[in-house]
Amino acid sequence: MIPVAEPVASDVVLSTCNLTKHYRIGASHFGGAQRIVRAVDGVSLDIRARETFALVGESGCGKTTLGRVMLRLQEPTSGEIHYRGLDLIGQSEAQMRGLRKKLQIVFQDPYASLNPRMRIEEILAEPLRSHGFGSPAEIRERCAELLDMVGLRQQYLRNYPHQFSGGQRQRIGIARALANKPDFVVCDESVSALDVSIQAQVLNLLTDLQDQLSLTYFFITHDLAVVRQFANRVGVMFLGRLVEVGTTEEIFAQPLHPYTMLLMSAVPRPDPRQRGRERPLMQGEIPSPMNLPSGCRFHTRCPFARDICKTDDPALQEQGGRAVACHFPLDS
Amino acid sequence: MTSASDNIISVRGLTTEFHGGRGDVRVLDNVSFDVGRGKIVGLVGESGSGKSMTALSLMGLVPQPQGQVTAQSILLDGKDISKLGAAEMRGIRGRDIAMVFQEPMTSLNPVRKVWEQVGEPLAIHKGLGRKAIRARVLEMFEMVGIPEPETRLDAYPHQLSGGLRQRAMIAMGLICEPKLLIADEPTTALDVTTQAQILQLMREMRDRVGTSIIMITHDLGIIAEMCDQVNVMYAGQMVEQADVFQLFENPSHPYTRGLLASIPRATEPPASRRMPSIPGMVPNLAKLPQGCRFSPRCAEVMPICRQTAPQLAGVGDGHAARCWLHTPQSALPQEETP
Repeated sequence: MIPVAEPVASDVVLSTCNLTKHYRIGASHFGGAQRIVRAVDGVSLDIRARETFALVGESGCGKTTLGRVMLRLQEPTSGEIHYRGLDLIGQSEAQMRGLRKKLQIVFQDPYASLNPRMRIEEILAEPLRSHGFGSPAEIRERCAELLDMVGLRQQYLRNYPHQFSGGQRQRIGIARALANKPDFVVCDESVSALDVSIQAQVLNLLTDLQDQLSLTYFFITHDLAVVRQFANRVGVMFLGRLVEVGTTEEIFAQPLHPYTMLLMSAVPRPDPRQRGRERPLMQGEIPSPMNLPSGCRFHTRCPFARDICKTDDPALQEQGGRAVACHFPLDS
Repeated sequence: MTSASDNIISVRGLTTEFHGGRGDVRVLDNVSFDVGRGKIVGLVGESGSGKSMTALSLMGLVPQPQGQVTAQSILLDGKDISKLGAAEMRGIRGRDIAMVFQEPMTSLNPVRKVWEQVGEPLAIHKGLGRKAIRARVLEMFEMVGIPEPETRLDAYPHQLSGGLRQRAMIAMGLICEPKLLIADEPTTALDVTTQAQILQLMREMRDRVGTSIIMITHDLGIIAEMCDQVNVMYAGQMVEQADVFQLFENPSHPYTRGLLASIPRATEPPASRRMPSIPGMVPNLAKLPQGCRFSPRCAEVMPICRQTAPQLAGVGDGHAARCWLHTPQSALPQEETP
């Protein structure tokens, strides 16, 4: 075994500092200028023990990349990641493999993330075996226990993924992530592909498991209604940057960033009496992450933009546990 | 109830079956509904409920010969189209009934310029020449709010964003000024801010062009924002039909009630950490439960529900539900004694 520095118990489970992931694209043997996509561009945040931190944003904002870079499933371009005080970037490949037990991910698409040629038992046993969980009998017992934990019958161990519905497959994906008793779980749009009645079941399962197993969730989603139900704190991401961070109730009660406010007002409300309400619509299209606007990245779509927004890029400024990156936050 | 002439389409007894190696599966069972002139009517349900299959059946797009569509009648503006052949349906598709699909990237041909595709219905149904078509597509692009419409005419689909592609699809759907536009999850692939723009556009188009719309969605928020009438589908059947206000304020089928309870809401703090949810899952259409199809998941199930399937029956002004709860105890069919 490779000696692994022991993680320490602390209030902050995972933190990032100026985390950046840039992709170079364009230059190929067909020619063309090389361009840089700033998928994640200087993200700093702390995720606390046993909380659900939701990361919201629209497609292309970098939320999935951030989730993957955080776990070093992709290498960051620069910046730091600390897991319970351990510098993750400094860990060797082998040391990372040991830590992966504690750092897990549940993917969006329950159809694509399970190997169709493996029985459920093999799918669940694989992570156990690779981390030296125990004897074959112990592994079998753990697989049965895992299925039970996510509300599926043990008889399903011999079945293949195609024999399950989307909701059941997502339960299997969750069981696999929990196999080695993780500490920190990234859920990347984990309920987005599910029907509403099934989505509620899976969210309840995630809630129960968090209580039972003291899990910390980093919950990536585009769905603000799910965020309000499920998250303790929220980070709003726009074009590679965090533009607002706060507790769920603070942010929903009074968004400070115009983007957060516009995102919220765009969510259709399941109440026909509210259909006549004022709905500020965001104009235009999201700028390309390859060709970012000058100044504040949101100024081209912001109804409140002034001259300074076109030239000066606002930093994320913290104030009493809340943070916003805007020259003119909405409460002032 | 409204008279037939107030309806742009009036569907009665629409039934769609698939014949395959593993036997016959009835994916739509005796579906009836109306769409009023200039109205937006919702079809809502989960995967496998039959909402998209309803659209494909109306459009004559169910794959043949495995699929078989029958109906007592489908009156489109008073004319029965349920017995028309494939060639006659081609004359109606795109002209009288048009459809907007979920994924604009896969429903546009990637190697043809956008204007040629958007204008294709004009070539087919109106026999217009290229110049006239191009001019009309430009008008449509302006109407659906595509910025710099002139330069977009010659774009290929991949050069447009998801939102612009869906605007182009709506332009194509409306270019022949159809009587009915069927929109099948038109915003599901889009971001929420783009979705709000497209929904706004569809409302404007209804108001300006007067096109009636069937809105197919799994999202009760979109139903509440857009629709006048709502049809809730479950396992191939209509389970509740109501005016949108009735449906949200007085849901009469336990399935509708369960759905409304299990959607998280962005506008209010959660009532509790765990959410109300509907247990179990949608039944396999090849192995339907006896009696009511929702009975294995129903919180209010009664012995009769597991025995005899209820019919869709009126529960109030223009409001119908397929549920025994609304039949007085004395009028329930006698239970069979085993």
